[in-house]
Amino acid sequence: MTSFSFYRKLASFLLLIVGSHSVMAQTPPPAPDTDEPELVEFDTSKTRSIAVPALVAPAPADTPAGNSAALGRQIAEVISSDLRASGVFETQGPNGLRAIALPEVTAPQFDYWKGRTVEQLVQGFVRVGGDGNLTVGCYLYDVGFGNETTRLGFNVPPREWRRAAHKCADAIYAKLTGELPFFDSRIAYIAETGPKGKRVKRLAIMDSDGANHRFITNGQSTALTPRFSPNYKSILYLSYVDGNPRIYVYDIDAGRQRLITQSRNPTFAPRWSPDGQTILYSMAVAGNTDIYKISANGNGTPVKLTTSPSIDVGGSFSPDGRQIVFESDRSGSQQIYVMNADGSNQRRISFGSGRYATPEWSPRADLIAYTRIAGDFRVGTMRPDGSGERLLTDSWQDEAPTWAPNGRVIQFFRTAKGSGKTSIWQVDLTGSNERQLPTPVDGSDPAWGPVLP
Amino acid sequence: MKTNTIKMAAILLASTALVAGCGKKKVEQLPPAAEGTDYGQTQTDPNAGAGQIVPGSQEDFLQQVGQFGDRILFETDRFNVDAEDQATLQRQAQWLARYPNTRIIVEGHADERGTRDYNLALGERRANSAKNYLTSIGVDASRIETVSYGKERPSALGSDEQAWAQNRRAVTVTVQ
Repeated sequence: MTSFSFYRKLASFLLLIVGSHSVMAQTPPPAPDTDEPELVEFDTSKTRSIAVPALVAPAPADTPAGNSAALGRQIAEVISSDLRASGVFETQGPNGLRAIALPEVTAPQFDYWKGRTVEQLVQGFVRVGGDGNLTVGCYLYDVGFGNETTRLGFNVPPREWRRAAHKCADAIYAKLTGELPFFDSRIAYIAETGPKGKRVKRLAIMDSDGANHRFITNGQSTALTPRFSPNYKSILYLSYVDGNPRIYVYDIDAGRQRLITQSRNPTFAPRWSPDGQTILYSMAVAGNTDIYKISANGNGTPVKLTTSPSIDVGGSFSPDGRQIVFESDRSGSQQIYVMNADGSNQRRISFGSGRYATPEWSPRADLIAYTRIAGDFRVGTMRPDGSGERLLTDSWQDEAPTWAPNGRVIQFFRTAKGSGKTSIWQVDLTGSNERQLPTPVDGSDPAWGPVLP
Repeated sequence: MKTNTIKMAAILLASTALVAGCGKKKVEQLPPAAEGTDYGQTQTDPNAGAGQIVPGSQEDFLQQVGQFGDRILFETDRFNVDAEDQATLQRQAQWLARYPNTRIIVEGHADERGTRDYNLALGERRANSAKNYLTSIGVDASRIETVSYGKERPSALGSDEQAWAQNRRAVTVTVQ
């Protein structure tokens, strides 16, 4: 049996007995915006040096995903890449680092690593079991203290070796930063090709690091604004497949889709509730767009949540499912509003200069990300009461933020002036460590799913 | 059957929008000819000679309503039909009165300087504004479908005020 949960329990147990030593940053970072210093608990300006030599394959054996010795190196590469991309760590290896012998995995040569100015050391092994599955062991050491900080074991089918690497990187990230993990997660987005006047837009999915990329639709009809269901079994998205914009639920395993509601009216801007039981969407009736919700099982009756004669659109549930943040131009321009999940108590929360759009509630509940339009389009965050506004990006057109499952990193897409070319970027909550996500073609409308179980 | 027709129309009007291009309030040039579109299959008599326009066809509509008479333009975030737009829609209604069996789709569009979902809603508003005016001057509502493309199908490709002004539009396309 593949059992992440078993190993997770084991890992938690090991964390309990082993992980007494915390290396979290002890001092809060200098906050660029002094009225909200508590937003950032880890110090991204002080990177930590981590070495990740190739994992040892004690008895190299072939698997459908390649020889386990090669996998040991590839897993180290993914761990190293994840940690480096988080912006919190400087990583070494596996390239440029010497091979590790099996006994070293549990008894590191700390003096050697000290000589390489390494603060943290990740070592491990890959073993092919009798059932053909891989057992991946992952150990984190504090080189300065000369002790083991945490260890984890993962049992995965060979084809899922990257998930073991992400789980290992997640455990290290969580241990060293005190934040929740986020690497072992997936992203749905829209892959774009073709000239500006005739863009081909396809639904696509990939791992959080861009690996395991897969196109879902063939591009014959325009696809927009996907959202993974919390269990990753289906994707909500907009398609023009019948000539009109309508939201479908696409079942990933079955490869089939259905309309979320039988209506001749256009439906768009879909979102899941955190428990996956409810779908939030916008629908235009005789030109007037309002926000609705409907049961995700396909049998429910739509419930209309807004009634203003202006455009009420979008919407994102708070993590407890009790509130919804949405946008409306009822004041005369796009602004952000919050309401209870039944539509009651609608109130405006954005009062800064410019227009505010695409609000997205953080999975940690503490912040709402949005697009601010004031000349250029920039991604920012504010507290659910509208205070503490902070802009994170500065470009011609950055749009549609989506949260990493740990609420510490935000993805969005950037449109180039003139060419209209799009790309997916991410930035952390301090506005630093901005980087482009690798995609095979242009990308827009990213939607980050939760951490995989 | 109905769905098929609409779908085909949607495909047709996508190419129409592309080819027609360059619409704005102060017209400077004619739209390019509909070369490369598949009008031939559905809209013109295959035996008709080149340049011969079949009455009641999309080409006929475009010719009769005048330069860029198939579309009305809007200010940023607005969807009101002004006097100039009314004159344009009245010409469309006159043509529609001559071909009472012809149905139309009004496409609503927005410029690229808006967020995606809001632009879809705005495109809906614009298409419905045009539809509402057409019905107010006698076009049967059952003949008019609307579709919003938001910012997905720009007519002018620049990233400047002039291009955006041309893209904030509602375009009437006949269903053949």
